[in-house]
Amino acid sequence: MLKLLDGPQTLGRGRIFWSCFLAVLAGALIYPLFADSYDVGNFAYFLIWIFMALGLCLMWGYGGMLSFGQTFFFGIAGYGYGVLAINMGGGTTTIAALVLSVVVAMIAAGILGYFMIWGGISGIFFGIVTLSATLVLAFFLGQTAGPEWHIGPARLNGFNGMKGMDPLTVGSFDIEGSALYYLMIALIVIVYIALRMLVNSSVGNVIVATRENPQRAEMLGYDVRKYQLLTFVIGSGLAGLSGALYTSWGQFITPSSIGLPAAAMPIVWVAFSGRNDLTATLVGSFLLLFGFQTITVYSQQAALVLMGVLLLATVMLAPQGFVLGIGKLVVDWWGRRRRRDEAPALADTSRLQSDET
Amino acid sequence: MSAELFSVFYQFADVFAFLILSAAGLAIVFGMMGVINMAHGEFIMCGAYVTVGLVNLGVPLPIAQILAALTAGIIGMIVEYLVVRRFYKRPLDSLLATWGLSLIVTQSMLLTVGSAVRGIGTPEGSFAIGGYTFSTYRLVLFFCAVAVLAGLYIIFMKTRFGVIARATMQNAAMAKALGARTGRIYSISFGIGTALAGLCGALYAPTMTLIPTMGATFVVESFVTVVIGGANVLLGTAPAAVFLAMIRMALNASYGQIIGQIGMLFAVILIIRVLPEGLSSVLVRRGR
Repeated sequence: MLKLLDGPQTLGRGRIFWSCFLAVLAGALIYPLFADSYDVGNFAYFLIWIFMALGLCLMWGYGGMLSFGQTFFFGIAGYGYGVLAINMGGGTTTIAALVLSVVVAMIAAGILGYFMIWGGISGIFFGIVTLSATLVLAFFLGQTAGPEWHIGPARLNGFNGMKGMDPLTVGSFDIEGSALYYLMIALIVIVYIALRMLVNSSVGNVIVATRENPQRAEMLGYDVRKYQLLTFVIGSGLAGLSGALYTSWGQFITPSSIGLPAAAMPIVWVAFSGRNDLTATLVGSFLLLFGFQTITVYSQQAALVLMGVLLLATVMLAPQGFVLGIGKLVVDWWGRRRRRDEAPALADTSRLQSDET
Repeated sequence: MSAELFSVFYQFADVFAFLILSAAGLAIVFGMMGVINMAHGEFIMCGAYVTVGLVNLGVPLPIAQILAALTAGIIGMIVEYLVVRRFYKRPLDSLLATWGLSLIVTQSMLLTVGSAVRGIGTPEGSFAIGGYTFSTYRLVLFFCAVAVLAGLYIIFMKTRFGVIARATMQNAAMAKALGARTGRIYSISFGIGTALAGLCGALYAPTMTLIPTMGATFVVESFVTVVIGGANVLLGTAPAAVFLAMIRMALNASYGQIIGQIGMLFAVILIIRVLPEGLSSVLVRRGR
């Protein structure tokens, strides 16, 4: 199993990369000891969105399916968590609400994905059908202000959003502040490792083969539709995980986290970071979220304009993504320097990963 | 009886006009270049703002609307030259680039103009049939939609430009080899597409509240119409609009706008399962 951690589909391998990984992880783990609780809460907030970015990276970078519907599943699970947590009455059942809401999002992804993938929708149309579904969900939730829109005691509340659900709780211990932060770190490590193993496994190879050439993969005897559906369900489920965690983090969710411009955000993060690599997406998304949050404090519109500029600049200047591009440049430069300095026999180990820095 | 019939037709015409006007520009750009212009909604917004601005300056409404469409067309050609042109070989990237553009434009408008623009009222005038009263302007919109389709038919089927454009659409390399200046054809087509978007905004400007994010109210309709319609405007978009308008009208009448929109989306998702290439593929195949 552990052999699958390194493979042709992911950048970064060998002792140096994993030492960097462990160093960053250790830094993340001791961070709450030094920072004040407000900053820790903010960091936990950035980390919420990482799942959504990793899911899109899997679908788009590895599977070749450009889904604009990440916030659709984010919203389904986010609202799902709220409805379930309110209806099931808080306490430890919030954990069940979290799991169930992600399952609901994955079922929704299965249904939508079935119609699109078995219908042979791909490329551009995949994007605009998923975006249409997203916008319609946002419009729908936006007009549920009246008291007749409720599921059990949970009011949907239209544009003002749904509130009043409990945060994640075990027994009588609310998972908030640094507990939530550690939960996020643990989940991200699990998801990141699991996705690395997935894309380097034989299933991952088929997913990548389908991206490269669906006909050829089909001729080799794989039912590519099943693999695409699997990719879509996993990727969308990760968006759902983000949504459920988001609702639990702030104890509210509004339709504006589903519609435009929210729907464009995961695209910007992943495109800017480099969609073809999980590590690049992880690092790049975190950096962008950090930057975005810093600017949003002054002006949300300005931050969104900057996101638009970044998206445009990425496709025009570095279609593979900036973080990935810079990472590769550094690796090449380092490799060349190493080769000049030392014996060429070391070239293999010198493929170290710099994205972590 | 005839009054009820007319009322049904009126409701159909209203939805049909909305679908055609919002989708025509998008469909042309997609049909010619295979590019979906994600900034389509922003060109609609541009048309609406220019119209309202000119009317507030004292320009008569119809002239303001034509000028707004022209403005959107010219801006479209500039955008094509600066951005879209590089992405004809990479349609997915064109989606991202135009989406980035859309974000920039919407949010900059929110920053600079804000939402403080004085709107103009719907042109008054109504007529009565039987016991019902109808707004004349809604019928005008329907005739504009029909006129847009007729105009596109003439441009693409009856003119020299149309012949070259259709040749480019079918096989760009061959058309180029035969001396067609495909780059210019693309540029003009993109201009026509965005001018139609501007026209849509101009025509609906009197009926809506002007906000920088107003484009979003059009994009779902235009996307689904193009998805169902496929690459051919006349043989795809128009029948798709008829079909979707019927579904939408039935649902709107009994359940309201939002259920109408959801129902339309469900219909689209069911249809793509059966007809992935869109309606135009069926019609074109029949035609051969």
